[in-house]
Amino acid sequence: MNIIEELDKEQMEVVSAKRVLPEFGPGDTVRVNVRVTEGTRTRVQAYEGVCIARNGGGLNQSFTVRKISYGEGVERVFPVYSPMVEGVEVVRRGKVRRAKLYYLRDLRGKSARIVEATTPAPASSTTPSAPTWPPPRRTPPPPRRGQGRRRRVI
Amino acid sequence: MRSGVIAQKVGMTRIYNDAGEHVPVTVLKLENCQVVAHRTVDKNGYTAIQLGAGLAKVKNTSKAMRGHFAVANVEPKRELAEFRVTPDNLIEVGAELTADHFVVGQFVDVTGTSIGKGFAGVMKRHNFGGGRATHGNSVSHRSHGSTGQRQDPGKVFKNKKMAGHMGDERVTTQNLKIVRTDIDRGLILVEGAVPGSKGGWILVRDAVKKKLPDAAPVPGSFRTTSAQPETAHAGEGE
Repeated sequence: MNIIEELDKEQMEVVSAKRVLPEFGPGDTVRVNVRVTEGTRTRVQAYEGVCIARNGGGLNQSFTVRKISYGEGVERVFPVYSPMVEGVEVVRRGKVRRAKLYYLRDLRGKSARIVEATTPAPASSTTPSAPTWPPPRRTPPPPRRGQGRRRRVI
Repeated sequence: MRSGVIAQKVGMTRIYNDAGEHVPVTVLKLENCQVVAHRTVDKNGYTAIQLGAGLAKVKNTSKAMRGHFAVANVEPKRELAEFRVTPDNLIEVGAELTADHFVVGQFVDVTGTSIGKGFAGVMKRHNFGGGRATHGNSVSHRSHGSTGQRQDPGKVFKNKKMAGHMGDERVTTQNLKIVRTDIDRGLILVEGAVPGSKGGWILVRDAVKKKLPDAAPVPGSFRTTSAQPETAHAGEGE
């Protein structure tokens, strides 16, 4: 292992000893507990919204949470291994078909909703080990039968 | 004036400090950074110490250099550099400098060889604006424009900024902060970017424009390795 990886791993271990984030991905509604320092005292503030992207790997891993605050869209990027992030709770699992939900930026109200995932989260969530990213790939959908709908020739 | 060190650039990463902010750092590695020779006023007219770093194969070291290393009783070095010091800051020959030579929070100047860019145009090399994209421009979208006046000077003045070779030159970046030092692994973590590519040799010395903290070791932090078997091996190449 090279030196950079070693240093990164040490830092990741320090943070994961304190807290391990649950497994979550784009589409999930999450509540992020962020440490906020005001003057001398620090407190924990919750930031709740839809995770629209996960980026990077290793120590540089981050996730983007979007919410509508007073009618204005707000996006915040949290590094996964930032000491400012005290923890993450998954409020709701969403069913989405892409990894980056940037299309939500152009949508408002009803159209910006995300369907809840009815099937339970991936089985690996039972083991609260270090979050693996990217999550294991699901099996691809079965191939479509036939060549689409057959046109009737008149 | 203290001596600096020769380090090798490992790469960049990030460190989270106590406040939770992330700090981009460059990791520098000290590898057998030993004092090889002294320059004295009597002999050379100035005072300096010559440091060597890295490990060179004996078969790839010239006979003259083998003799030079044998006098110092050190293994052949890949890189040699001199650091001007005041006479009271001379470190004995053969001493190996350690990472705690610099204290956390102190500022350093780092010197390296920048990454070569080859023959570069004026837009890349001197940040010229280039020409217009449209409005009848003909093949001079990235050209420099005029280079002078008329018949009167009748020449292009020297040092006119033009296209040419860029990079692969000695660059010094001043006032980088030391974020962390690791003595066991010989690592120095400095905040920000350091000139040069990964694996390049970097000279690290105390910042000339900042005051040296009192905690900094004088004349330096080093370990003396006397009568090592491998140093004797270096001498046998003579």
